[in-house]
Amino acid sequence: MQLQHLLGIEPLHPHNITAILDLADHYADQNRSGVRKSDALAGCTQINMFFENSTRTQASFEIAGKRLGADVMNMAMQASSIKKGETLIDTALTLNAMHPDLLVVRHPHSGAVDLLAQKVNCAVLNAGDGRHEHPTQALLDALTIRRSKGRLHRLNIAICGDIAHSRVARSNLILLGKMENRIRLVGPETLMPAEIGAFGAEVFHDMEEGLKDVDVVMMLRLQRERMDGGFIPSEREYYHRYGLNAEKLSHAKPDAIVMHPGPMNRGVEIDGEIADDLNRSVIQEQVEMGVSVRMAAMDILMRNRRQAATEAKL
Amino acid sequence: MTSLRITNVHLVDPEHQTVEFGNLSIKNGRIAADDPALPSFDGQRKYLAPGIVDMGAKVCEPGERHKESFRSAGLSAAAGGVTTLVTRPDTDPAIDSPETLEFASRRAQATCAVRSYQMAALTKGRLGKEMTEIGFLQDAGAIAFSDCDAVITNTKVLSRALTYARQLGALIIGHPQDPGLSEGAAATSGKFATLRAIPAVSPMAERLGLERDLAMVEMTGAKYHADQLSTALALPSLERAKRQGLDVTAGVSIHHLTLNELDVADYRSFFKVKPPLRSEEDRLAMISALASGLIDIISSMHTPQDEESKRLPYEQAASGAVALETLLPAALRLYHAEHLDLPQLFRALSLNPSRRLGLDSGRLSLGAPADLILFDPDVPFVLDRFSLQSKSKNTPFDGQRLQGRVLATFVGGQEVYAR
Repeated sequence: MQLQHLLGIEPLHPHNITAILDLADHYADQNRSGVRKSDALAGCTQINMFFENSTRTQASFEIAGKRLGADVMNMAMQASSIKKGETLIDTALTLNAMHPDLLVVRHPHSGAVDLLAQKVNCAVLNAGDGRHEHPTQALLDALTIRRSKGRLHRLNIAICGDIAHSRVARSNLILLGKMENRIRLVGPETLMPAEIGAFGAEVFHDMEEGLKDVDVVMMLRLQRERMDGGFIPSEREYYHRYGLNAEKLSHAKPDAIVMHPGPMNRGVEIDGEIADDLNRSVIQEQVEMGVSVRMAAMDILMRNRRQAATEAKL
Repeated sequence: MTSLRITNVHLVDPEHQTVEFGNLSIKNGRIAADDPALPSFDGQRKYLAPGIVDMGAKVCEPGERHKESFRSAGLSAAAGGVTTLVTRPDTDPAIDSPETLEFASRRAQATCAVRSYQMAALTKGRLGKEMTEIGFLQDAGAIAFSDCDAVITNTKVLSRALTYARQLGALIIGHPQDPGLSEGAAATSGKFATLRAIPAVSPMAERLGLERDLAMVEMTGAKYHADQLSTALALPSLERAKRQGLDVTAGVSIHHLTLNELDVADYRSFFKVKPPLRSEEDRLAMISALASGLIDIISSMHTPQDEESKRLPYEQAASGAVALETLLPAALRLYHAEHLDLPQLFRALSLNPSRRLGLDSGRLSLGAPADLILFDPDVPFVLDRFSLQSKSKNTPFDGQRLQGRVLATFVGGQEVYAR
């Protein structure tokens, strides 16, 4: 079955993941060259619906769409009809009636993008739903790892911080697991979801132990806006125990890379110097790969749509 | 025609735990000694059982009649074999004064096809601050008192309400749930909730709530029924309280007996109920507790919701499911799976709730009200939610294969439903 939507990593097969990454690699090279534009999505209408504030992800999707020649429209949903009491499904049906080809959706509730995808007949791309999934983030992380480590399997990868509230962690855990890596989750018990051990990862509460001999250190943002009270005693205690600094990083492999999905809280989960260290940090490259991965994902979804439409005619 | 003789039936008797083939005579609305002279009604070798006494269905009058009225609930109950409908006070406004109670009972009397009794709130507005006029409400016909899913957090308020209720012999129905732990939760914590990233509550919250309530019952001597237990963790507490001789009973909803958390699958909001669906181990523990008699009562926890309240992302969607018409077919799954036999099933559906509420139905004995259902436990069908009589169609059993349905329902010997 070919992908019609990209709602999460969970439904993907490893070969789907590899296909997206291979195409993204091609777009990454193209983006670095002089000719960045192509016409893969010429004539397509892409609508970015963000029910939750985002600058970085929205910009990345917008640039990706424009580089592929799509007509891109941004809708700040918080300021619009939702305020007037319209439900998610009605908003979706309204937009659907305008015949878009691609909806890029971010929503504060888990499962909301799945629900929306059931109600429209265009491709839907999940740009983050609640704490559930953020598939393009996991794909861009995977591409970044593959480019700097030369492979995406049999690596030791530590994901550190607020696992419970992080869709990035969930998508990464699933993707990296599917690609056969060893994953460690590092963080305080209060920020671990229930029975997370059942997902095939090792859980560490001591960061130095958790970082021992890893190839990749993936830091997560401490989602302060999600904290409805008292998961950690204080920011400074958190930084002391779980903030990434040179000392803690020295337990990882000497060539370990440091990643962060952004935006960073310097001095809360990561030391500023580490974040800026070009020999260790690939944080800027992650942003760069974000555009390439999104171009690849949208390109593949559109091709599959066209193919399905052609087959339907036959 | 309140006098007739139902012939040629298997009589399911929950009081004596028997199923016998025979006839049953009704005179003046009550079960009478067998009299071949009465006009006969051929039961076609199907099963006759005491009608279901459903404790705690929600009828949305006053406030949200578009979701369910006494008329639609009555039709739904009759079609589902529920002959006594005990309604919850969690309406809008809450049934917390003799005036609102009188309104609800008047609507019930005028339009409901089956017997209906009303519960009243234990505290004003179900806010957990001041007790309602328990005495006046009892005089006006309140059959039990409950704040439903609004747990009274202030134990001083609760202890006084329980003490006052005890003095009047009123039955209190509690919702065992720790309000702190369960705040904002829409699933049971565990692997599934983590995978779907739904805010979740530990099953321990139910035990915490139950333990607290049982301690308060021990302190005040009140007559207490836990509306729905759903976790294995809570059962030892219940068992201890019963062994101790407290006046305590417990119920379980049909959904927690027949569904588990995995049924939510891809965020299907019709499976969002309160408390949330539990693990399969919990479901099996509930069934064993029901078979052993530790859990006394099965209830529908009928909660109508309109399409708009359910057409939302899972976390935002309203909780609850309609169940009056699916209660019996779903409960028969336990019979077909050989977890319980028919007399055991009707002990929990009819006899026990009737006894707990101080009614005299739920039995096939001489003199009992002729509230009866004729049903075929084996007939298979696929449920179409739009075929339901209820105004709301939010059933988790839509499209599912069920086995067994009601053929006729009698209230006081009067046929109120025939298929």
